Amino acid sequence: MDIRSQVAMVFHLDKCIGCHTCSIACKNVWTDRKGADYMWWNNVETKPGTGYPTKWEDQGEYKGGWIVKDGKLELRLTGKGKFLQKIFYQPDLPTMDEYYEPWTYRYEDLFNGPELDDQPTAIPISKVTGEYIDVESGPNWDDDLGGSALYARNDPNLAAMTEEQRLQLLSIETLVMFYLPRICNHCANPACVAACPSGAIYKRGEDGIVLVNQNVCRGWRYCVSACPYKKVFYNWSTGKSEKCLLCYPRVETGQAPACFHSCVGRIRYMGVLLYDADKIQEAGVRPDAELVDAHRDMLADPFDPAVIESARRNGVTEQILKAAQKSPVYKFVKEWGLALAPHPEFRTFPSLFYVPALGPVTYSVENGIALNPTSTDEIFAPLDQARLPMSYLASLFGAGQEAPVRYAMKKMMAIRTWKRAVTVGDVEMQVALDGLREADCTTEQAEAIYRLTSLCNYEDRFVIPPSHREQAVEVLTNPLEKKGAAGFGFREQPQRGF
Amino acid sequence: MTERKQSHWITDIVDPETRTWEEFYRNRWAHDKVVRSTHGVNCTGSCGWNIYVKEGIVTWEMQVVDYPLLDETVPPYEPRGCQRGISFSWYLYSPLRVKFPYMRGALMDLWNEAKGKDQDPVAAWASIQNDPVKRARYQQARGKGGFRRASWEQVNELMAAANIHTIKTHGPDRIAGFSPIPAMSMLSYAAGSRFIQLMGGTNLSFYDWYCDLPPSSPEMWGEQTDVQESADWYNAKFLAVMGSNLNMTRTPDCHFAAESRHNGTKMVVFSPDFNQVAKYADEWMPVHQGQDGAFWMAVNHVILTEFHHQQQVPFFLDYQKKYTDGPFLVELTPIEGGFRPGQLLRAGRLERYSEEEHGEWKFLMWDQPSGTPKMPKGAMGQRWSTKQGEWNLLLQDGKDDSPIDPALTMLGRETEQVQFDDFADGKTLFRGVPVRHIRLADGSSVPVTTVYDLLMAQFGVDRDLPGAYPKNYDDATGVYTPAWQEKHTGLSRENVLRFAREWAHTAELTKGKCTVIIGAGINHWYHNNLIYRAAQHALVFCGCIGTNGGGLAHYVGQEKLAPVASWSAIALAKDWVSVNRLQNAPSWHYVNSDQWRYEKEFKEYNTVPDGSELVEGHCMNMQTRAVRSGWLPYFPQYNENPMQVVADARKAGAKDNAAIIASTVNRLKKKDLRFSIEDPDAAENWPRVWYIWRGNAIGTSAKGHEFFLKHYLGTHTNAIADEVAEGTLKDVVWRPTVTGKMDLVVDINFRMDTSALYSDIVLPTATWYEKTDLNSTDMHSFINPLSAAVPPCWESKSDWDIFKGMAKTVSELSGKHLPNPIEDIVSSPLAHDSIGEIAQPHIRDWMAGECEAIPGKTMPSLAVITRDYTKLYDQFISLGPNVREQGLGAHGVKYPIKDIYDRMLETHPTVMIEGQKRPSLEEDMEAANVLLHLSPETNGELAYRAYEFMEGRTGLPLKDLAEPYRGIKYTFKDLLSQPRRVLNSPCWSGLVDEKRPYSAFTYNVERMVPWRTLTGRQSCYLDHEGYLAFGEHLPTYKPTPPAQVLGDLRCSKREGKTLALNYLTPHGKWHIHSTYGDTERMTTLSRGCDPLWLSEEDAASVGLKDNDWVEVHNDNGVVVTRACVSARIPKGACIQYHATERTYGVPKSPIRGMKRAGMNNSLTRIRLKPNLMVGGYGQFSYHFNYWGPTGVNRETVVYVRKLGQLVW
Repeated sequence: MDIRSQVAMVFHLDKCIGCHTCSIACKNVWTDRKGADYMWWNNVETKPGTGYPTKWEDQGEYKGGWIVKDGKLELRLTGKGKFLQKIFYQPDLPTMDEYYEPWTYRYEDLFNGPELDDQPTAIPISKVTGEYIDVESGPNWDDDLGGSALYARNDPNLAAMTEEQRLQLLSIETLVMFYLPRICNHCANPACVAACPSGAIYKRGEDGIVLVNQNVCRGWRYCVSACPYKKVFYNWSTGKSEKCLLCYPRVETGQAPACFHSCVGRIRYMGVLLYDADKIQEAGVRPDAELVDAHRDMLADPFDPAVIESARRNGVTEQILKAAQKSPVYKFVKEWGLALAPHPEFRTFPSLFYVPALGPVTYSVENGIALNPTSTDEIFAPLDQARLPMSYLASLFGAGQEAPVRYAMKKMMAIRTWKRAVTVGDVEMQVALDGLREADCTTEQAEAIYRLTSLCNYEDRFVIPPSHREQAVEVLTNPLEKKGAAGFGFREQPQRGF
Repeated sequence: MTERKQSHWITDIVDPETRTWEEFYRNRWAHDKVVRSTHGVNCTGSCGWNIYVKEGIVTWEMQVVDYPLLDETVPPYEPRGCQRGISFSWYLYSPLRVKFPYMRGALMDLWNEAKGKDQDPVAAWASIQNDPVKRARYQQARGKGGFRRASWEQVNELMAAANIHTIKTHGPDRIAGFSPIPAMSMLSYAAGSRFIQLMGGTNLSFYDWYCDLPPSSPEMWGEQTDVQESADWYNAKFLAVMGSNLNMTRTPDCHFAAESRHNGTKMVVFSPDFNQVAKYADEWMPVHQGQDGAFWMAVNHVILTEFHHQQQVPFFLDYQKKYTDGPFLVELTPIEGGFRPGQLLRAGRLERYSEEEHGEWKFLMWDQPSGTPKMPKGAMGQRWSTKQGEWNLLLQDGKDDSPIDPALTMLGRETEQVQFDDFADGKTLFRGVPVRHIRLADGSSVPVTTVYDLLMAQFGVDRDLPGAYPKNYDDATGVYTPAWQEKHTGLSRENVLRFAREWAHTAELTKGKCTVIIGAGINHWYHNNLIYRAAQHALVFCGCIGTNGGGLAHYVGQEKLAPVASWSAIALAKDWVSVNRLQNAPSWHYVNSDQWRYEKEFKEYNTVPDGSELVEGHCMNMQTRAVRSGWLPYFPQYNENPMQVVADARKAGAKDNAAIIASTVNRLKKKDLRFSIEDPDAAENWPRVWYIWRGNAIGTSAKGHEFFLKHYLGTHTNAIADEVAEGTLKDVVWRPTVTGKMDLVVDINFRMDTSALYSDIVLPTATWYEKTDLNSTDMHSFINPLSAAVPPCWESKSDWDIFKGMAKTVSELSGKHLPNPIEDIVSSPLAHDSIGEIAQPHIRDWMAGECEAIPGKTMPSLAVITRDYTKLYDQFISLGPNVREQGLGAHGVKYPIKDIYDRMLETHPTVMIEGQKRPSLEEDMEAANVLLHLSPETNGELAYRAYEFMEGRTGLPLKDLAEPYRGIKYTFKDLLSQPRRVLNSPCWSGLVDEKRPYSAFTYNVERMVPWRTLTGRQSCYLDHEGYLAFGEHLPTYKPTPPAQVLGDLRCSKREGKTLALNYLTPHGKWHIHSTYGDTERMTTLSRGCDPLWLSEEDAASVGLKDNDWVEVHNDNGVVVTRACVSARIPKGACIQYHATERTYGVPKSPIRGMKRAGMNNSLTRIRLKPNLMVGGYGQFSYHFNYWGPTGVNRETVVYVRKLGQLVW
């Protein structure tokens, strides 16, 4: 047993409103500068859709993540030994077309232009070349099913579906959409770390945050290819790769990352997960059908004395252990089985989990008249009549397995029905209780899930492990000296003399 | 331990030594200062933000998360703020920022030249205005670039010259100001409106013009809008969402809906497209656009049938008796073959009540135990009686206090055939209604029924009465059955049944916890009041109004300015001037921008019953009648300078104000003096100077934008519509087309938007991170501050300082040009919450000789006031004496402040004005504190006094509502430390005590305080003669007018493969109106433009692919944008999210001769709904932004084709 501490995340997609506030919170702070302007460490995608960069999920094209070869895990990109042969040419990188060319407008013309015989307008110009640009792509081009014929229809997850299900997702009478906010998953088994020829990428021991050392990075961009979620970006101005840093300067000071803080749908949760690093390799080679369970099995019970013992040995502090015991992420993922990692078949073991979205009931349309075909008298339609086919969610969150997705959704609906019985009474209590039982849920658990979903305060959503910066600083300098010197910088001395 | 192997290739690093580089990102996060502010943007959000300053530069913003928790059982408000708000910091230093004053080069040249010849600025301005060539020169340059940087001194002098020239030559009422939605930054609004009102100018309304006002709210509740805060959605157990895309427009509130769902609430969304909020719903009802009303009419049919008739839910029926006009008696008017519903029977007509004061405004119920009609308290008559204490909802007789147990129905009595309208099929039908005959004082007898019986008949509830009732739910010919609505809505009858039963059953079990969240998707249709009323009835029938978790949640526009009483005193300069010029903008723009010239009789598109001359002719006929009858305001007032009118009256011997008014009335009667509205295109009746601030009046807010360019500005236009009104007009002069009415257009802005681009002068204003201000909303019950993270950048100034500077220059120049006090006569309509609301029991036209011309009774009120322009500045910067003497108030509530005013002279900063110490308003911070100090919502002592006043009016105990808050007084600094929750106040209809969410009308329901309506109850029956004539006395359905009668495509031609589509412009995702949409963040996350969304099927039929350029055109103008082809859009409709700008990314239009294409309002032209113009009658009485026709535009139809050639 080798227990480590990981700052982990849950995004509750049923609550996500697709507003992108998170994306801009991140951009304002981190990527609003030359070379980084096209980076969206946090982005929000409409599903079905192809996302950003386009079709990032299609590893047939991008060769990201891990595969099992001869019973062992191997980067899909290529074995590490072959890296050097291709170091100057990588066919698997996304191009400007899959990202987009950042643009702005020549706004100053509105102030400075001479009097014309017609109204002036600020024309779009490329932020790369400064020249006129015909805007044809952006980081959120297919938002809200925009251009669905080109984008929604090319969602890689559709491959897992029947023709009938595909049609259902693309016709107004039956279609549906939901939002998928994405940041770096800060994986337990990160492909980017493994792929870096320079050793510039590492997981922080105390919290598992994955970082690209800006001093060490040499811009080989293998991390860009290897990350199956395409969450490492190459800064074309500095020549180094950059990625989401989970706002470690905020997390270290007990604040939620900017995208979490700003999430106005209140869908985001952060907390510690303890995991057993000894299980990663073994879990990683399990067949697709077992991956969800294998991943959950890797996550350790923070109340188990053996786990605590091992964690302590690894330097996990008492305060972090306490945070792990209060972790909302642990509850959603492990205790309640509601949250699932994206594309477990990429085998990186993300530290970000999603609660799947419920969708409205499917209508049928006859002679132009739309009908709710639900035959039952129940106030909420049965799960199987939801607009979102289970097979789609299974492709996204279950490595093709419907069971874990169905388990989560069934539990959510059972809780809603039970709350209906409690607060209104037009559902019979016995029916509601039977529903909970069938969904593997006690009333205590139902109440706890409801509270954390609906009534959660800031401190309920974000249980940030206390960071002992003074101990880290102490390795380098006296913290008292740091107190007096912080911010002056230490790497460059001012020039003296003439 | 410095590192831990996890595998042979992945290493965890702990060692700080190898991680010193991490300081790189830590340094970025470090900052120097954090300041609390918010965004003043009419999004209704009022979100608290922390603004981060680093090295003196604003770097980013993050939401505050310190809202006090309402209650542990309700989700908290944190965090509030959306993708748009968090982008704001981009503007501060962007190339779109207005950093200096700018003037149009053509005007600057003329000005410099004129000033060079004649040093006097007023003479210089006159010389330009008197020369048509010079005037045309700069007018035609409007919107064509050529700006030049100017100095503050130069622009202030020019503006003062224009003001004084206009005051002297045409009258102060020719100076107009437009700024929307004070709640979003109330001091900035107040700065300009205070300046304009002190000058005698005209402030234009916004809430009705934006079509944010739901006229159904004053119709049924006598209330502009009052709604639950969003936290109360959580208490609802059934959420019906229609025309409101919560994710997009209620972004910071949307979570309450999600969280409510997880607490067992059912949520149903109505929308023609599969929109963002549909994703959230249990059911998405794909209703045909604009047809939601038909669905709700059928829902009401089912509710009444199953829950009021077959089963009689006691809670529902009891509620109707106590809180609605259901039991009130309605007189039936005989017609051929039966009767039509008439007006409410007046108590004064009965022997027993014939001596009652205002007996025409008191009404009757049938008391079951005594078997007599009785006169309940709480009606308008009791509200305005000399005897106070009877304006309440207690079911007691107004004469002897005896109890009343009202009969809801006359069922069991004889039946008469009563005529009802079926507008869908254009026919009338007779249905049996139970009646009773009541003996009147004159000995005659009249047949009456109850409002409730009329509703039962209107909705077609089968109560075994004879007549044309539908046979059953499946009777598709029976109007308002579930089967009937199918052809209108596209939704099955089973859906109606399921919905109605779940709705009513939920309300029955929870005592009314059903909520309708409704918005612009409904409110922008021509017949929005009818669609709203249909849904409102489903709420009223199930007892859902006035309870937590229930109600109509209308959120369109940030109309709720919480501390309204003190604010309106400052903003309208009521502390110095006793009357205001407040104009309903829809009428003003309809008339002045000449949009009325492009249409004929309104009957072409408004379905009305036959038989009344009111429903005949051009909309202008009703509009002019509304002005002369005192229903609606109109400025310019007369075809002469109103100051000259007074001077002439004086010259002719008028000794006092009464004589001046009598002389004016006499001249109007003789038609020697004319209302400006009767000849709007005559030069003496044009508006001349226009100040725009905090809004985009020429762009986003200009419905009929291309007509604004033509008739107001006199510059290029892309409209090709023909003028067709001639020959349909009765009281209005027809003249040849006039272009360029405005002498001067000034825009105050922090960014170069469409309005700025087309203005003569652009003034740089401080952004929301650079000034002191206040912000409140109806979405939550807190007040948020705006405050300066950095000083106003470059040469910008706060609006307060800009208008203060203007006031100073006007005062200075007046020393020479207007040195003495001048008298002005001001016309005002009959006002809501004043005795004017019981002025006109019947429609009588004094001009037609139907009655006497009596100011304040049959025509507008008139007042003579004195203005001293040399004192304008002094008045601007001090709180004047009127408020000390008269107290403050709002919505019919009053409270004294004399002692508090005097105390402020000791505790607040003061200024000396003519030897008198006055509370200072010189600095915005001072004004903010005065405002907070003098309103019940922010000063508990005043809440106490206001309730005390209401105790006198109602005879009910109410002071206890303020008792716990008496010691609370908020200051601006308090708000900076944490948002503060407003206190209970009788200026509003909801209550916030017991830590519960605010919910409208809980004050009325729980404390038995009347609604401000005719009967004091929720009005299901609107018995105004105008409503009877228009067939809108009962909730009803009127069809959407078909494209061919609207005249949007009369002159337009299909060129090439062309689609004809209904053009829908809902609120968008990447802007709040036009703000934010032009930022780099939002353009990047959208498509660099506001594309036209259309269905895959429509697109394919004309060969359009996603992201193709399209040309969208009709008679009103043209838009060129990209196509966004999507499966979620229904065939036959297209969507362009509203409030686009012409300033960026807009190519030229081949179909309009390669001229620059326009913006979304280029395709619109407004049509006013005439019955919303009536006045002087209960809740149908004018109040600024409260009552009047609204600027609807949803019916617009367009042609869409692929753009031939892309030219920039």
